[in-house]
Amino acid sequence: MALKAVAFGLCLVPLARLLALAWLDRLGANPVEFVTRSSGTWTLVLLLAALAVTPARRLTGWSGLARIRRMVGLFAFFYACLHLSTYVWLDQWFDWEAMALDVLERPFIAAGMATWLVLLTLALTSTDGMVRRLGRRWQRLHRLVYLAGALAILHYAWHKAGKNLLGEPLIYGLVLSVLLGLRLWWSLRAARRKNPPVSAA
Amino acid sequence: MLFRIAQSDTPASSEITPRSTYADRRRLMLTGALAAPWLAGLPARTHAAGAAKLAGRASPLSTTEKPTSYKDATSYNNFFEFGTEKEDPARMASILKTRPWTVAVEGEVLKPRSFGIDDLLKLAPMEERVYRLRCVEGWSMVIPWVGYPLAELIRRVEPTGNAKYVEFITLADKAQMPGLWSSVLDWPYAEGLRLDEAMHPLTLLTLGIYGEVLPNQNGAPVRVVVPWKYGFKSGKSIVKIRFTENQPVSSWTRAAPHEYGFYSNVNPDVPHPRWSQATERRIGEDGFRQKKRKTLPFNGYGDQVSSLYAGMDLRKFF
Repeated sequence: MALKAVAFGLCLVPLARLLALAWLDRLGANPVEFVTRSSGTWTLVLLLAALAVTPARRLTGWSGLARIRRMVGLFAFFYACLHLSTYVWLDQWFDWEAMALDVLERPFIAAGMATWLVLLTLALTSTDGMVRRLGRRWQRLHRLVYLAGALAILHYAWHKAGKNLLGEPLIYGLVLSVLLGLRLWWSLRAARRKNPPVSAA
Repeated sequence: MLFRIAQSDTPASSEITPRSTYADRRRLMLTGALAAPWLAGLPARTHAAGAAKLAGRASPLSTTEKPTSYKDATSYNNFFEFGTEKEDPARMASILKTRPWTVAVEGEVLKPRSFGIDDLLKLAPMEERVYRLRCVEGWSMVIPWVGYPLAELIRRVEPTGNAKYVEFITLADKAQMPGLWSSVLDWPYAEGLRLDEAMHPLTLLTLGIYGEVLPNQNGAPVRVVVPWKYGFKSGKSIVKIRFTENQPVSSWTRAAPHEYGFYSNVNPDVPHPRWSQATERRIGEDGFRQKKRKTLPFNGYGDQVSSLYAGMDLRKFF
């Protein structure tokens, strides 16, 4: 259980850092922008980290890693909620009409909202009870995490696109592609083992 | 955080800068030369010890709104030549050498010539203009600039009848500007105005802020400030001013023509494709206790400038 405790602590570090910076008045000239960006960054990082757990487990053989996958995923959702709250409260001051217009007129915000909705669905169905209840459907439902990853990167890329700053979103995209690619390769290999080509000598 | 109290709008005769002060270029040069080693590496949080003073007489064109803190105005900058993060210019710009510096004036003028920085410092009496600055990204500041109307310089070079526009070119030196290695923009940074916009009394050829010469990250040693347009129109660290017959293409228009237009007048009714321009975050007003403010047409300078655009469809000419 030490692994879970360590993972829990590490996942809280970004939040602790934000609180410390806020306390020291070191959030910079535009604190709302800083908090929005920071929470968004950590959502994406933890989302990719959660997606990296299974490949890491398979590559290292450390089966214990499976225990932290749900926790890391839920922390990604936590930072996503922080990111959304910053937008709803500190940026828009609960102007629902303005936010509805944003979602309808600005693709990058729509992508962000969609990401959060997918993560919400995954969070709500993350409990042991839900795993039992949904059985085989749980596995299929939770493949939506790839969609969440892709939507999150799209949200970030669209936000940066107008200023030609696609460097960072591209890096995240590359990481997601590698993590997805690994899984694809493994599942293809498993399928080939089950049905070996007839012509194999 | 340092605060600067806004100066009163009506200048007392004692506040008017004596001619001897602004003409005392030797003293200014020496202070600048002595200040340079001190300025390099100093955090932008405090007024740089030894930064050359540059006083300007108060102007009725100043706003009475409270200026943004010096710390925020000099540590939150968009100056992509030094990096694309807001903290990059303050961190990196100390390597910029602002002396010697010349501004070449060419194109459709009868008297093309080069101006050294000292020529510019004594071309006309300095004024302090406290202007609102509205960035296209949705944040704004109030900055006490020091300079004089660009019209003073324009008059001296005598634009011909063919001169319809003015183009401003920023320094693009790879040796001093790490951001140039990135292709985020086509370098050098270019901006432009219509001639009547450039001649407008609000358009300021700017040499200082907060009573001192411009810090490097704010566009030293000379820049232009056009307060009724989005901030990117106010070119920094100018090395060339060209008078042209045809409309120049701004760097940001070249990069994303459907997002950044030539005019880029502040307009809450014309959204940016990716966000609304109806509100802005005034730096210094955090979101915890204060919501964003409503953006004003022409950044609140409509009375002075809207006549320049009479009859123009400002959605088409954004």
